[in-house]
Amino acid sequence: MTDVAGTAPDQVAGQKGGRSIGDLIRATEIDLRLFGMVLALALILIGFGIATGGQFLEPVNLLTLSVQGASVAIIATGMVMVIVSRNIDLSVGSLVGVIGMTYAVLMADVFPKTIGVNQPIGWIIALAIGLGLGAFIGGFQGFIIAYIGVPSFVVTLGGLLGFRGVVWVLSGGTTVAPDDSTFVLIGGGPAGSLGGTMSWIVGIVICVAVVFLLWNSRRQKRKFGFPVRPMWAEVLLGTIGCLFVLGAVWVANSYLWPAGLASQFAKARGITEPPGGLQIQAGIPWPLMIVIGVAIAMTFLATRRRFGRNVFAYGGNPDAAELAGINTRWTIMKTFILMGILCAISAAIASARLNGGTLDLGQGYELYVIAAAVIGGTSFAGGIGTIPGAILGALVMQSLAYGLSFMGFNSPIQNIVVSIVLVVAVGLDSYNKRRGS
Amino acid sequence: MTAAEVRTVPEQAPLVEMRGINVAFGGVHAVRDVTIDLHPGEVVGLVGGNGAGKSTLMRVLSGAHRADSGEIFINGDSISISNPRDAKANGIETIYQTLALADNLDAPANLFLGRELTNRWGSLDDDAMEDATRKVMGRLNPNFERFTMPVKSLSGGQRQAVAIARAVHFNARILIMDEPTAALGPAETAQVRNLVRQLKTEGIGIFLISHDIHDVYDLADRVSVMYHGRIVDTVSKQDVTTDEILGMIILGKKPGDVTQTELEALELRG
Repeated sequence: MTDVAGTAPDQVAGQKGGRSIGDLIRATEIDLRLFGMVLALALILIGFGIATGGQFLEPVNLLTLSVQGASVAIIATGMVMVIVSRNIDLSVGSLVGVIGMTYAVLMADVFPKTIGVNQPIGWIIALAIGLGLGAFIGGFQGFIIAYIGVPSFVVTLGGLLGFRGVVWVLSGGTTVAPDDSTFVLIGGGPAGSLGGTMSWIVGIVICVAVVFLLWNSRRQKRKFGFPVRPMWAEVLLGTIGCLFVLGAVWVANSYLWPAGLASQFAKARGITEPPGGLQIQAGIPWPLMIVIGVAIAMTFLATRRRFGRNVFAYGGNPDAAELAGINTRWTIMKTFILMGILCAISAAIASARLNGGTLDLGQGYELYVIAAAVIGGTSFAGGIGTIPGAILGALVMQSLAYGLSFMGFNSPIQNIVVSIVLVVAVGLDSYNKRRGS
Repeated sequence: MTAAEVRTVPEQAPLVEMRGINVAFGGVHAVRDVTIDLHPGEVVGLVGGNGAGKSTLMRVLSGAHRADSGEIFINGDSISISNPRDAKANGIETIYQTLALADNLDAPANLFLGRELTNRWGSLDDDAMEDATRKVMGRLNPNFERFTMPVKSLSGGQRQAVAIARAVHFNARILIMDEPTAALGPAETAQVRNLVRQLKTEGIGIFLISHDIHDVYDLADRVSVMYHGRIVDTVSKQDVTTDEILGMIILGKKPGDVTQTELEALELRG
């Protein structure tokens, strides 16, 4: 068995004798579409870097941009599942608004009168209620869509309008603040980051996981005697993956706490400040950690679990899924429950960043989220889409918007550019597909 | 000749018996009071014109559609089939005319659709599914190698093979094949015919729906002819000619009941 498998990699690598770049990439089994998106993102970042004389690529900017994109990226992973199963969710922005306002009302109005301000369990209770509320509202909409058969466009359009109204009713028409002091850390910032040491540990854990996954997949394939990647491709993938992770940690750790904040911190802890002030590495911001966690969990759900397989099967052929005995209605309802939970996570980050609930929290998210999913390769025809693609899509949009604002272009110009990118990205994709088939 | 007289083994309870099945779509009575049975190792051909109710009748057995009335017996036991899962639980597998494949997924994912293999953590075991698929496809289509491509990119015959593999892999006792050779070339059709004969020897009962009289005549032990939702007659193959079956399909009458004028009209048409 091992002998058979052992010869396989050379066959794969040695196909057609000559090795073009295309062959090399194919040997690594990398998704070409994702590879193209990573390239596009790199080009955008480098382009703005050059245009701003390198300023754009400073750690503080890269961190801010990733934190700003976090809310949209998180919901986009759920939108992939919804669009793959031939539905749409227009209510996500308003849902973020409702849940964000719920967090704020709980922490600014309810808790002070009941359990007290900034209690250690306060933010956990708030978060649990928010997640439950998200699952419930998502499930409610999903029930109407899956079991009663109202088109998702209509149900969630209702949600888009209705939940925004609920935000006003909940808040009495004003901003509600402040949030719990621990809850605020979910939103990132110097204090809401992992710190230098923890960030390195996280980076190393991720590297170990990458290597383990590569090894495990190779071992599994060998066990069954399937063709495996050539060894050099495995090593290359592992190396690139680890270098990227460690590089990202290094960037995050090169952002130091601003001097004022660091000296406040020193005074509060009673640490004597060394000359030149205390040097504290910020490290990976919590929102970014949450995005990474959500991305891993959602990728796992989409590709390694029965639920994900059923969602993709339904999107590819609803009749086939039904005839195969899949409980399609429950599957669809679950995609919306998931969406509600992701909205609650996103709302926590968005409202923590603002330290309160505003009336327009999450406004317009639905469009950015759908755009991120679609730029990331999710097809409205159903059955096609990837979680990493959606996150890259969100990053591409956020990089463009942030870069443009960095160069002094206001938000109308940003919208124009992002909209062009959206249509061009999808247009290129359709063109490629037609040429390919 | 009535259906009861032609049963090959009348003393034994049939593998499947559908009794008094009625299905109506709005005002259209698609299946009217149909009774049909199938024995182990037997192929029953189900023929009839478009809209005769063959597919609808079989969709009732495969759980894709609920009958308005009627009973289904498996080995003499009354069972209720209200969805495809119930049918599969009773060993009834179906190869649909549309193949019912999820085009965006690969062959192993389609083969195990709705019945995915999982590891001890409940996660999909794609490697085990691919391994099983390689084994069953090795029987049906030994040259098949595209195990990780979406089935969209496969040829008609390969797609058919995936659909058949799905039915065969799960040890069906009862197989429903709806136009299994409609999309196939001559070589692939021969392959499917060989497969049907092989499954027959394994004791599987097969309902074969086909437009192709010769296909049915070649493979079936008995032929049931449907006309406007009713069974015209169920006959043993050796008792009829293909022309007589054709007459039943077109006129909706048993050979003995056909008048001379009708026969002449038929010959003029054909």
